[in-house]
Amino acid sequence: MIARIFATASSELHIARRNRWVLIAVLLMVVFSVVLSAAGSAPTGALGADRLSVVVASLTSLSVYLVPLVALLMSFDAVAGEVERGTLPLLLTYPVARWEVLAGKLVAHTAILVVAIAAGYGAAAVLTMFADSAATSGLASLWRLTWTSVLLGATFLGIGYALSSLARRVSGAAGLAIGLWLGLVVLYDLGLLAAVVADNGGGFTTKVFPLALLANPADAFRLFNLTASQAAQAAAGVGGAAYAVPLWQSLLSVAVWPLISLGLAAMAFRRVEP
Amino acid sequence: MKDRLMTSTLMISHLTKTFEGVKALTDVSLSVASGERVALLGHNGAGKSTLMKVILGLISADHGEVSVCGAAPGNAAAREHVAYLPENAAFHPALTGLEQITYYMRLRNEAASGAMDLLDRVGLAHAAKRRIGTYSKGMRQRVGLAQALIGHPRLLVLDEPTSGLDPVSRRDFYALLDGLAADGAAILLSSHALTEVEARTDKLLILSGGKMVAEGSLPELRREAALPVSMQLHAINGYDTDIMKAFPAAIRANGVLQLACSQDEKLATLARISKLHSKLADVEVIPPSLEDIYSHFSRRDGQ
Ligand SMILES: Nc1ncnc2c1ncn2[C@@H]1O[C@H](COP(=O)(O)OP(=O)(O)O)[C@@H](O)[C@H]1O
Ligand SMILES: [Mg+2]
Repeated sequence: MIARIFATASSELHIARRNRWVLIAVLLMVVFSVVLSAAGSAPTGALGADRLSVVVASLTSLSVYLVPLVALLMSFDAVAGEVERGTLPLLLTYPVARWEVLAGKLVAHTAILVVAIAAGYGAAAVLTMFADSAATSGLASLWRLTWTSVLLGATFLGIGYALSSLARRVSGAAGLAIGLWLGLVVLYDLGLLAAVVADNGGGFTTKVFPLALLANPADAFRLFNLTASQAAQAAAGVGGAAYAVPLWQSLLSVAVWPLISLGLAAMAFRRVEP
Repeated sequence: MKDRLMTSTLMISHLTKTFEGVKALTDVSLSVASGERVALLGHNGAGKSTLMKVILGLISADHGEVSVCGAAPGNAAAREHVAYLPENAAFHPALTGLEQITYYMRLRNEAASGAMDLLDRVGLAHAAKRRIGTYSKGMRQRVGLAQALIGHPRLLVLDEPTSGLDPVSRRDFYALLDGLAADGAAILLSSHALTEVEARTDKLLILSGGKMVAEGSLPELRREAALPVSMQLHAINGYDTDIMKAFPAAIRANGVLQLACSQDEKLATLARISKLHSKLADVEVIPPSLEDIYSHFSRRDGQ
């Protein structure tokens, strides 16, 4: 079982390397992280936080967009690509379970995400600490951001695999992935903000809004990191609601979402007829 | 050994499969024993690929029973022992031939160190480290063949394995099959042309419109078809009309007199021809071609 999962993972790594996905993922994360840490660490001292914590707050806002995007870009082809190329029937005649195939792809894609995230955040941390040696006190929040980013990535890898299985065509899967990304990380928050403004402190804001944040893996990720690093005041917008939700709830959402999305992916893949 | 030859590795009885009203397979029964090479023939759309996908458990049948190495098709135990070469085998273009075969070997729990040997067996060693995206159709077909040889499959299901291969490679391919069959593997291969199958298979099955219309060795099918024998008579200049008088059914075409008779009448007809030997320059007897026999059976029932 383990041997077959790693066989698939190693094959997927070869493919990702040739298709430049490793390079693209790492470059995206490094470039945006470095730009943010250079731009975002200027107004310091006034907030009473060290530079690195401030950078982590900006990186959190960045990762909410970027990590899901990179994960979806790597995963939308996973099943639809095999169907379209005609490689799936042969693969399924091998003594390998379908979930083992998905697990192998997950191992490879997660490994690439880990490398990209480590490279991006690492570059930002090195730059920040170079400018302010006291910034090491923010390392704990950086570490928290790192592992939650990997969980966020895994969630969106699972979502990507599920969409890829449902669409069965690469073009369809790509469309669904982009639509879902827009919906979950952009439109969802805009909708919530609009509702909160319209509600004007009523029942929606106090009861539904926190749940709505927890239900969305991207919002839960941002909520958890902002609450935990007590840097909520450094962020604007939806982050302001961070105090309303206890830490354990957002942590639970961040931890459970990968399981849900990967479970859905396994179910969707099982229903694909080769 | 005797015992193993008697047991069927693949058994199918009364198999029926319908796709949204289209009858792809109707009441198909067959068996392939260990060490036996069976060719499945039929025109495009006859149901060959569908039958193979059912055997592999890729699609499920509507009715009928299929037993693969004693297990249900697609079952983990069956997949351990069955190798498949799909029609138009496809692989990820970014992988090299060596990486692709290594992957498949690891999925079958085989030491990946044998991957190069396997590629060598199908004549791909020189291109092993090139991406499959740069391969020709024939080379991709060989990758497909190489993966079907991994481990020691007890049943090989090969869908149009020789399409895209040149005649020399085709001969090498049949030599490879001989070795596998001698080691006890059961082999089911399909083709849409009888001429591609060569006489090196033990049994021929002809599918037409989803129905099994003929089954047997080539000599058996030849006898059963009982197609007319064609004869060509080359008359010595000026004797054409004499011969036409003796054989009023003959047809003149390209300066040759053509005559057809049934298998049973063959010797009697030859005897009559030999009486005219002083007026004849030459006689040719042309038995029905493999393609004629195939068309005969595949046209009989299928529309
Ligand atoms: N997935 C499918 N959906 C609908 N019809 C199909 C499907 N697969 C095959 N068929 C039909 O079943 C018949 C047999 O097809 P196939 O087994 O591919 O034939 P062959 O391999 O002998 O050329 C054809 O009429 C084909 O159109
Ligand atoms: Mg076919």
